[in-house]
Amino acid sequence: MVYVSLLLVFLLSYFFYFIGKKRALNLTIQQKQTLTALPDYYGYYTVIIILIPAILIWFFLLIFKSNFQEIFVMSPLLFPDIEMWSASKTGLIMNKVTNLSHVVNLPEIDLSVGDKSILKMASESELIAAKNLAGFDKIYGWANITLFIILPVLLGFIATRMISTKLNAQPIVERVISYVIKGSSYIAILITFGIFFSLIFEAINFFRYVNFIDFFFNTSWNPNRAFVINATEGFDQEALKDAFGFVPLLTGTILIATVAMIVAIPLGLLTAIYLAEYASTRVRNIAKPIIEILAGIPTVVYGFFAALSLAPFIKDVGESVGLPVSAESALAAGLAMGVMIIPFVSSLSDDVIKAVPNSLRDGAYALGATKSETIKKVVLPAALAGIMGSFLLAISRAIGETMIVVMAASLRANLTFNPLEPATTITTQIVTSLIGDVEFDNPKTLVAFALGLTLFIMTLILNVAAILIVKKYREKYD
Amino acid sequence: MTDLSKRLAAEKRFKYIAMFAMCLSLFFVVILMLKIFTTGSGAFIRTTIEASVYFDPNTIEVTNESSIKAIKKTSYVNLADQIVKDNHPNLNDEKFILVREMYTRKFDFQLRDYIANDPNIIGKTILMDITASSDLDQIVKGNYPRDVPEAQRKINDYQLSVLDSLDADGKISSTFNLWFFTNGDSRDPETAGILGALMGSFYALLICFSFAFPVGLLASIYLEEFVRPGKLTDFIEVNINNLAAVPSIVYGLLGLGMLIGVFGMPYQVPLVGGLVLGFMTLPTIIIASRASLRSVPPSIREAALAVGATKTQTVFHHVIPLSLPGSLTGTIIGMAQALGETAPLLMVGMVAFVMDIPGGALDPATGLPSQIYLWSESAERGFLEKTSAGIMLLLGFLITMNTIAVIIRRKLEVKW
Repeated sequence: MVYVSLLLVFLLSYFFYFIGKKRALNLTIQQKQTLTALPDYYGYYTVIIILIPAILIWFFLLIFKSNFQEIFVMSPLLFPDIEMWSASKTGLIMNKVTNLSHVVNLPEIDLSVGDKSILKMASESELIAAKNLAGFDKIYGWANITLFIILPVLLGFIATRMISTKLNAQPIVERVISYVIKGSSYIAILITFGIFFSLIFEAINFFRYVNFIDFFFNTSWNPNRAFVINATEGFDQEALKDAFGFVPLLTGTILIATVAMIVAIPLGLLTAIYLAEYASTRVRNIAKPIIEILAGIPTVVYGFFAALSLAPFIKDVGESVGLPVSAESALAAGLAMGVMIIPFVSSLSDDVIKAVPNSLRDGAYALGATKSETIKKVVLPAALAGIMGSFLLAISRAIGETMIVVMAASLRANLTFNPLEPATTITTQIVTSLIGDVEFDNPKTLVAFALGLTLFIMTLILNVAAILIVKKYREKYD
Repeated sequence: MTDLSKRLAAEKRFKYIAMFAMCLSLFFVVILMLKIFTTGSGAFIRTTIEASVYFDPNTIEVTNESSIKAIKKTSYVNLADQIVKDNHPNLNDEKFILVREMYTRKFDFQLRDYIANDPNIIGKTILMDITASSDLDQIVKGNYPRDVPEAQRKINDYQLSVLDSLDADGKISSTFNLWFFTNGDSRDPETAGILGALMGSFYALLICFSFAFPVGLLASIYLEEFVRPGKLTDFIEVNINNLAAVPSIVYGLLGLGMLIGVFGMPYQVPLVGGLVLGFMTLPTIIIASRASLRSVPPSIREAALAVGATKTQTVFHHVIPLSLPGSLTGTIIGMAQALGETAPLLMVGMVAFVMDIPGGALDPATGLPSQIYLWSESAERGFLEKTSAGIMLLLGFLITMNTIAVIIRRKLEVKW
């Protein structure tokens, strides 16, 4: 219903575009007056006057619909003891009434056994509330549609009445357009602030339970210890102290990212060198898109591959040479992640290598250097800054990667630098702490935000450094 | 001259190392694809058992005069049991349970659809291909070995003998598994389908597109055409480039902390998932769209300005129509990335078990990649197949979207 009314608003505003334009044309043709703007602009003017208030009101009604419902249903007349209810009980009853409202008015023949039983189990006042709610929903839906027919038409008539030769619609329309596009580009900034504040507020809540220093310097990670002992004392402070130690997560993340970079940096860089310097145009045109397929494969696929094929394979190989390898070794997750990052490194490095001016290569050839000597001693040093930038972006990508490690790495924290042992990462722990019940008053949930904030800051530093390096490098050869 | 030959040998060595590195990267693509296609192809086939089905009016709780709604809501478990008993006469209780396990647990849904389709069938007898249970299916497909001790098999000796006798009667057959494309998720691999997840992803992408495309396009217009270079523009620029590299899980936390926590939006719905994906896609669209605006030559703008167009008219009437194919290409590529993103969906709760097919952006749903993740966590062999098949479907969509992007770029983009 609500989407129908939005559609109506758009259709009506489109219709009034022509009315506004027509009226402006009439002014010139029949009354021989000169307009101050093109007739189109009077049409746009009408549309703006209709759309802006109508859409604002539509959003308002959409957001507050559930509040209206609750006010309507949860009246003390039906539920006398409603003042004593907790928020969760109110929610529960509201859910029940909503479910009831779908079936309460159905004819007997359409009811299934299940419907009959929930109707039988409902109390008298719940049934009345459900009937009220069903009635309310019906009226609300129709009122909504009526409102969004009357409102645009009314606004449209006001707007067309306002059209006269004295009205210069063009600057008004252009100013609205400029506000809209300006607003759109500030959304990008808003998203950054949104990320930052949503992380920081919940992280502050987390640090109310757990000491800042305990979090960053403790070496044991065991979030299951964070449970309430009893209602009066709340959380066991001693247990909390040892429950959230960040160090093993950090070492695990670094370990897996290192394995990934050991795979991705040489392979990616050499691939880029081959494609940029050696390959014929034909080979390049075929190989480059195929390697870029690797970049387009969703990470959940790599995770599946790592957990299903790679980890057992590595375990078997390790055991055949007598090495004990865990089934969730850091090596398997790291290798899969490395393969994922190859095209990332190769395409960024490829761009950078191609940007090195040919005059430098020609100079080296003129001195008698071979191709590989030119690459190693001239091209790579010249491209070094850009290549470093691409490595930094790749590292940032590796530490922020989630699905591969969630599926292939371990859930148990383990302070180790041995890639054959299981290790866990920051992102894995964010996911595990949020799967299941999300309670914003429990450190077990809140820790996800503290970890997210740390991750965000780590990647922010790497990204900004990389962006600045690459930007500076570009300017050098532009 | 040994020095020169050494240098030439080094040259050759370097070239081969580089070539080897490239081939190794290509090799990974091939291995990955092969593995997925070999494990997943089985999901498109299901095993069925032919049985005669008598729609006994005494067992069915509805009549042919009941409304379709009532028929759909009634349980047919007793009818299903009755039919198994009719087809395998003289079973004691213990053996009946074993035989019943060979048919899918959701057999009653198949019956329900039959009756809802044609209520007059009540009282008649027909021959029907009933889907076999996942364990039987895996035996028939040869994914479970038959020649291991009974204790290590999911299908015991008695069930195997029943299977063989059914097979000898020609009652076992394999058909195309349409359910995979028409069902929602299920606890049983044989009835689990991808449609629910597909619709969830569809609604999420719809929201993502309707947020990110207009905002991204307008933002790029502002940044490229209207604003003068300065501190603020530099800040926005670094900010957008950084947003493009922020880990996707952080966007998920934004969705959870802000959209769900502060604005009180519902958990596990495509609306929130789509908005989060939209936030993620926005920088990609802005960057692509700015590049395509930049490629429109200044002469176009100057010509429009010279004949008296305002700045807004120049941009909206002349520059944008020329740059739109480039923006669209960037948008489709961004949407393809968004389709494959799993982590943000995990954060906003789109990983729960959802049987119903979502009918809108406000119904609980999973997405395609999060469904793949869910299935990959299940232990049964039947779900392994589904996971790979889901991946094949996802990759199919990604390839289609990228191909469309390439076609738009080739056909519509103007080269200057």
